[in-house]
Amino acid sequence: MSALKGSAPIGTLTTGGPAPPLEAAPRRHGDLLYYALHNKKLVFGLSLELVFVLAAIFGPVISPHNMTDFFGSNQAPSAQHWLGTDNLGHDLFAEVVSGLQVSYMVGAIGALCAAFVGMALGFTAGWRGGILDEILQLITNIVVMIPALVLLIVIGAYLKTRGVLFEGVFIGLTTWPWVARAVRAQTFTLKSREFVDLARLSGRRAYSIVVRDIAPNMASYLLLVVILLFGASMLLAANFDFLGLGPTTGTSLGTIMNQSTLWSALQLNYWWWFLPPGLLLTGMVAALLIANVGLDEVFNPKLREQ
Amino acid sequence: MRRYFTRKVLTYMLAFFVGVTIDWAIPHMMPGDPVQLYLSNFNLKPAGYQALYKTMSEAFGTNLPLWEQYLHYWRGLLTGNWGISFWDFPAPVSTLIFQALPYTLALLVPAIVLSYVIGNRLGAAAARRKILDNTVLPAGYVFQAIPYPWLALALPYLLGVVWHVFPIAGGYDRGLIPAFSWTFISSLLYHWFLPFLTVFLVSLGGWAIGMRNLVIYELENDSSRYLRALGARERVVRRYAYRSASLPQLSGLALALGVVIGGNIVTEYAFSYPGLGRLIFQAISNQDYFLLQGIFIFIIIGVLIANFVIDIVYVTVDPRTRLSMQGASS
Repeated sequence: MSALKGSAPIGTLTTGGPAPPLEAAPRRHGDLLYYALHNKKLVFGLSLELVFVLAAIFGPVISPHNMTDFFGSNQAPSAQHWLGTDNLGHDLFAEVVSGLQVSYMVGAIGALCAAFVGMALGFTAGWRGGILDEILQLITNIVVMIPALVLLIVIGAYLKTRGVLFEGVFIGLTTWPWVARAVRAQTFTLKSREFVDLARLSGRRAYSIVVRDIAPNMASYLLLVVILLFGASMLLAANFDFLGLGPTTGTSLGTIMNQSTLWSALQLNYWWWFLPPGLLLTGMVAALLIANVGLDEVFNPKLREQ
Repeated sequence: MRRYFTRKVLTYMLAFFVGVTIDWAIPHMMPGDPVQLYLSNFNLKPAGYQALYKTMSEAFGTNLPLWEQYLHYWRGLLTGNWGISFWDFPAPVSTLIFQALPYTLALLVPAIVLSYVIGNRLGAAAARRKILDNTVLPAGYVFQAIPYPWLALALPYLLGVVWHVFPIAGGYDRGLIPAFSWTFISSLLYHWFLPFLTVFLVSLGGWAIGMRNLVIYELENDSSRYLRALGARERVVRRYAYRSASLPQLSGLALALGVVIGGNIVTEYAFSYPGLGRLIFQAISNQDYFLLQGIFIFIIIGVLIANFVIDIVYVTVDPRTRLSMQGASS
């Protein structure tokens, strides 16, 4: 029942971080904001992420070329083509910028899907307990054990077209166990608190108790889990895309890397083709992770630097 | 104790059942027919096509009703008859898998174990130590955030294409025939290093950061305060903190397996490393049903075995589970 068991290692993004204390003490928002603005990690991570988000939004506007235009193929970066061109002569800056958007989109869809399914199942399991909990636990454990990538490979081998939405939903449907486990463990601990007993005595319906009394007490923790899932989804999507299992409609950062391997960019020394997309993705996810740890320290006084 | 393991074994058996069923169901839910696809390679005239189609459907059992195919599938699975590969025709699927398996295991097992051990040690050392923390932590975030495909391209680019230190693809030198000789083994190791490093480095950061956070949490715990109050040296306090912190990390390892296996497949693909990951792609590009299904089942079995090993280690490391698991669940 320890809160530690609920600490969710998100794939490669293993936090292992302890859950924030479940003290339901009233916390003034001013305090949180103070710690948030004075937390270097949070401010740094968020600012860095903002740069990438702005690049994703305004990149197509700044980009001097269109993604579909043709120029001389395999040009090194120059003032004309900031990130060079690929084998077909497409401008790589334009492609990378559009890839940023797709990666963010897949990450967001994946994280939201996982959060939705995970919270629904986690709250149900934690609140109801008993046989329902056992069954849901079993399902969770089974989903965890089936490797998502291999499953997608098998499905992808038969599906000829896949969109961004499919990829996002697929990722969400394979990563929800992390949310579900965390939510279930926390619900279990909160369930026996006095204020929940009081709410139950007042005759409110279970749904309203969960939403109004239990969920707000783990909101900060949930936020951290969802942020981690967002990063993990983008990384997972890069894996899929690199193997050629990504969206067949649209270019993502992983697809660019996939194309570069198919055309032997590595052997031909066309570094501008495969280095920038992965570097950007690393930056995007690292910024999220750093902001996440900052947030963790804001919510959880024990972790703050001494 | 007994109850704990009965529960675990039940979960494993169900997971296996679900895995096998998914594996069987996905190809059958998809449009198309493997025999049809296979024969379309040969540009046959209708009469010959029909004759061959009939023979091959019977040979592979694709003409039977679905439930019968499903039962056949289980029977074959349990008797070790995993089918014959379409792509590498007379070779049984199991032979192909067992040929590729050593390469995958040679990458995966050292990468998982070493990154787990070294990452945890690094993280534990960094906790609450200014200088180490300020170096290990940022490096950890970056490693944690690196996508597998990128490292699998950046490492061979730097160490292979630019500096010419390591080969960028393959499992061994192409001029060699696999043999138990020093030349072959050294070539094997030489080609093994970069893919191993890729899988190793990506996992390293996550373990370090997780351990660091957990150890900080443990060092603030009442048990640690009590130890300090008793006059224990900081080294002793840290050792106990490390032991308690390794439990959540161990259950984290079980959860991370699927992702690491995925990363391993990506890495093998990038390096054209002759393991299961590359075999999967040969199966896909050649529409080889049986091979694809066989590899999927094999990976599931691998994950289950690894989970079981982690469970046993967990119980050995933490005597409390034996007691607590006898009672109600978690």
